[in-house]
Amino acid sequence: MAIKVRIPAPLQKLTQEKAEVEVRGKSVKELIEDLEKNFPGIKDRICDDTGKIRKFINIYVNEEDIRFLQQEATALKDGDEVSIIPAIAGGVK
Amino acid sequence: MTLRDDQIERYSRQIMLPHVGGKGQAKLLDGKVLIIGAGGLGSPISLYLAAAGVGKIGIVDSDKVELNNLQRQIVHSTANVGKAKVESAKERLTGLNTDIEVVSYNTRVSSGNILDIIKEYDIVVDGSDNFPTRYLMNDACVLSKKPLSHGGIFRFDGQAMTILPGESACYRCLFPEPPPPGLVPSCQEGGILGAVAGVIGVIQANEVLKYILGIGDLLAGRLLVFNALESSFRTVKVRKNPKCPVCGENPTVTKLIDYQEFCSLRKKKG
Repeated sequence: MAIKVRIPAPLQKLTQEKAEVEVRGKSVKELIEDLEKNFPGIKDRICDDTGKIRKFINIYVNEEDIRFLQQEATALKDGDEVSIIPAIAGGVK
Repeated sequence: MTLRDDQIERYSRQIMLPHVGGKGQAKLLDGKVLIIGAGGLGSPISLYLAAAGVGKIGIVDSDKVELNNLQRQIVHSTANVGKAKVESAKERLTGLNTDIEVVSYNTRVSSGNILDIIKEYDIVVDGSDNFPTRYLMNDACVLSKKPLSHGGIFRFDGQAMTILPGESACYRCLFPEPPPPGLVPSCQEGGILGAVAGVIGVIQANEVLKYILGIGDLLAGRLLVFNALESSFRTVKVRKNPKCPVCGENPTVTKLIDYQEFCSLRKKKG
């Protein structure tokens, strides 16, 4: 089951500068594991030491924030579009 | 308010819009907007608001114009390198529109001064370039029930959202806490095309104009995400979070916090 994932600029170093990648998974948790398999190091940027998604990063399935769905257990189906959206602050000084 | 002939002439191309008219123009001339940051976002925001005739525009910034700012900070000019950004912006904005009042605050907002500064404005616009200011601004606006237009840029990504305290999600509903030092890309990794800041800044200016005019649908409860390389926009829903630390049911942030600056480059420069 292929899911399109939107990768934000701060994480694109880990995805060979790609803003969109395709991964597999039946839930958001599986999707993060598959992302890590394909792009080692990315899980650490998304999740904290306990495996929870960091507080300045949100994951959306289609338009919905998974915090208001079933969090990491949110189910995914073919054709779903997942966006990883972090807080950004400029950084152009 | 009766518009003068020169005002009718100056604003004719927006007065002729059925959504604006003479009444809308009077609202704009009565409008009071505070822009925090006279940089990449603050430049297009302030220029469009001044041109549209927003009657009072406050601008807060403590920096001086540098040559490397001019690639994106279009409110400033080469001749003003070395001058306080707020003075440089005031000069350009009052030159553009003699009809408006521009108030400059040559300072950095802090927990000590922000409530006092935002108090006399109808809406606040986030043109800041760092998390401490962004969270301070959000909390101050939520605590004093002041609408806030948020914008952020990083490389080819941009974000914008409008916050109506009490009605729609705030920045902490979206991201409860600022990232700890070391977990966000450093300033050196940043870099920006001026036009990308322009896109987000103009969206913020448009939100402010719509808010003052009371027209259209604001980006309240929606985060707009822009990708400049694809020229794509998408929006995601941002719900009010009952557990939000500042606007939720049991807030833990009840007074303002001065977060530490964590970009080492900025710190060194003071």
